Amino acid sequence: MTIPHWEHFEHKADIGVRGIGNTQAEAFEQAALAMSAIVTDLSHIEPKQAIDVACEDPDQELLLVDWLNALIFETATRKILFSRFEVNIEDGQLTARAWGELIDIARHQPAVEIKGATYTELKVYQEQDKWVAQCVVDV
Amino acid sequence: MDINRLQRVSDYQWRIEPTGKMRVPAIIFASEDLIRDMDEKVYEQVTNVAMLPGIVEASYAMPDAHWGYGFPIGGVAAFDPEQGGIISAGGVGFDISCGVRTLHTGLTPEQVMSAQERLADILYHRIPAGLGSTGSIHLSPGEMDAMLMGGARWAIERGYGDTEDLERIEEHGCMQGADTAQVSAQAKKRQKDEMGTLGSGNHYLEVQKVVEIYDNEVASAFGIQLNDVKISIHCGSRGLGHQIGTEFLKKMVLSAKSYGITLPDRELACAPINSSLGKNYLGAMRAAINCALANREIITHLTRKAFEQIFPGIRLDLLYDVSHNTCKLEEHSVGGVTRQLYVHRKGATRAFGPDHPTLPADLRDAGQPVLIGGTMGTASYILAGTRQGMGRAYGSACHGAGRSMSRRQATRQWRGTQVKQALASQGILIRSPSMRGLAEEAPGAYKDVSAVVEAADRAGLARPVAKLEPLICVKG
Repeated sequence: MTIPHWEHFEHKADIGVRGIGNTQAEAFEQAALAMSAIVTDLSHIEPKQAIDVACEDPDQELLLVDWLNALIFETATRKILFSRFEVNIEDGQLTARAWGELIDIARHQPAVEIKGATYTELKVYQEQDKWVAQCVVDV
Repeated sequence: MDINRLQRVSDYQWRIEPTGKMRVPAIIFASEDLIRDMDEKVYEQVTNVAMLPGIVEASYAMPDAHWGYGFPIGGVAAFDPEQGGIISAGGVGFDISCGVRTLHTGLTPEQVMSAQERLADILYHRIPAGLGSTGSIHLSPGEMDAMLMGGARWAIERGYGDTEDLERIEEHGCMQGADTAQVSAQAKKRQKDEMGTLGSGNHYLEVQKVVEIYDNEVASAFGIQLNDVKISIHCGSRGLGHQIGTEFLKKMVLSAKSYGITLPDRELACAPINSSLGKNYLGAMRAAINCALANREIITHLTRKAFEQIFPGIRLDLLYDVSHNTCKLEEHSVGGVTRQLYVHRKGATRAFGPDHPTLPADLRDAGQPVLIGGTMGTASYILAGTRQGMGRAYGSACHGAGRSMSRRQATRQWRGTQVKQALASQGILIRSPSMRGLAEEAPGAYKDVSAVVEAADRAGLARPVAKLEPLICVKG
């Protein structure tokens, strides 16, 4: 068993997000947490309200980019930051619920606005008992 | 970057001969020191671009080149549609038509310093910056389309900005050939409340003073004198451009195979210019260019209002507005033959030389102003395009300092409050919603912009005209 977790990795101009979990869905959840953590401290985002997100792609790597871009779109249009995710993936179909709260500029002090998830360093793979999902996001 | 892999053409020009699938050579304009500091990824990316169909002459990297997405940031490449040339969403980037505009103020640094705190507060209050901020303009679907077709011209017609500004904006403030039908509902939704917002990251509004003049004649043609106060605005097409970039990148990845294009890197996703996808992207990208031009025009309007509050009756005339993330159809002479080429500039500034027909009449002798943004604590530069530069990299130059340190490294090294205080002690006032954002953008996290400008000069890409240092910086 792997304890699901996330990390950032280096990219000179931008930043990489990496999610690690026992399943592909868990790795995707963690990658999304890593992305929120680029903007602000996760402990500052209260999971007060939930929204549903869905996307699909037969390619698991393209699906990761779609998933992160769907969240970027929701943040941009609803002005919500997310700190909790529940992801299901079946046959390239992703359905998810994301919890968060409206951006409070004074409290969250968002460090950056994320423009998009990219195909740079994009990898989704299973290694022994864990799944890894990663890419660079453009900020 | 390993300099031994490059062939030295001159002190500021380095060449990689085509090998493998490269169709043309790659050329990097930089000093030896800048090359040594460059990411190895720049080598990989500038040579990957050289493999794309229809590329003409060479794949170029500017002195501030760094690791980008498919194309290096600081990459320039031209494609001929008649030879299967492509257009690439990654070659333009997510922030379509991100650029800089500079305004004259007619003020002295003393006048600004006597009201520095108040001016900083008013600018910060009036110009929405950072994630979560919204503009005061909310576009209906009809107005959205009008904005995407009209650019800065649309903004001025709606009362944001002055008609005289148009002469000093690329494309006279309105990019022709925009196609609003190719801009998705999602992209439009993302932009609805974002007109007149600065964004975040390295975007800013700065009040600057001119501290050095390098070319008196050109400076005078540009209206720049020592000790002048200028304002520079750096931002792009906001959420709309980001969404268009995201959507077309994926479409191009999925369709590359059907166009018979083998991609050395997924991020280089592209489509033939003469394909329906290529044309659709071109129409959408041109609409995003208009969005960026309208956005910078509205921010200019807000800036004028802010300055009027403290300096009644002041006029802020536009020096110039130039983008550094675009693909444009341009006429260039290649081996004595005039050709119509689609020139991608990703993190590279157009730098047309004197007598270029697209320049406004009063700048035609001097060449096009090239606006180079620095960091909060160092300097910005104004350069001029040269005749020589037209033959170097299709009239292109660098666009900024370029990062030397990742955001993560920067936050480990500095705290935002520290950065803000250190700059205040140098007489530079910073206003930003995010202390962490300030740490990430700390001047020390960037390369030395002077070295980049010197290399652009020595490489013959553009000539330095003036150096400016910040007095106030509003950061998203």
